[in-house]
Amino acid sequence: MSILHTVNKSTYERDTLEACVRLAAKGGSVLLIEDGVYSAMSGGNKSSVIENAKGDLSFYVLGPDIKARGLSEDRLIDGIKVIDYKGFVELTVSNDTVSAWL
Amino acid sequence: MKISIQVSEGPYNHEASVTAINYVKAALEAGHEIFRVFFYHDGVNNGTKFATPPQDDMNIQKTWSELAAAHNIDLVVCVAAAQRRGIVDQGEMERNKKDGMNIMDGFRISGLGQLIEAGIESDRLVVFGD
Repeated sequence: MSILHTVNKSTYERDTLEACVRLAAKGGSVLLIEDGVYSAMSGGNKSSVIENAKGDLSFYVLGPDIKARGLSEDRLIDGIKVIDYKGFVELTVSNDTVSAWL
Repeated sequence: MKISIQVSEGPYNHEASVTAINYVKAALEAGHEIFRVFFYHDGVNNGTKFATPPQDDMNIQKTWSELAAAHNIDLVVCVAAAQRRGIVDQGEMERNKKDGMNIMDGFRISGLGQLIEAGIESDRLVVFGD
């Protein structure tokens, strides 16, 4: 069963992304939304959370939430895909279930 | 596909209510059905008609109400969470002897069973919160 995991807080604020990547089954998808997009930036103290997990999990980030924070897609960790709300809906459909890490 | 939504954060707290609205709009545009939106915890504050945000700010409660009217979406406020936070409809006003009510058009107050039913009846349940 494929699961879409959503994480909406930065890994610099909460440990939900770390819990998510620790417990998510291999092959799952993780979508970073709201302040969760900060975790997708390369070169940070905690970039290794995604760097170490990206072999086992697919990472996505919500583009409008990157723009809203004045962040640049150029700084994203390699391999993270940028999607819009249409893509968010498509991910919920293509996975069997959605799990929000709140 | 039939999709239901849970909103567990109040409007104007962080972003969950607006993210949920944007998601619902995108799902409707893609041709999916929104079976129900269930407002839980502080999320029940999405259902008051007494909010007056500045004119250049998004009116979150009104946006839900308009979405519900245009797309026949069932907006359900959790009764126990609503009682604690003062979200009142006609029935609650009479039952708890309040002198007014503030439920927004298109919202109704009901129980957690509505969330369980949404989970059973829908193909997906997507949760937004704090």
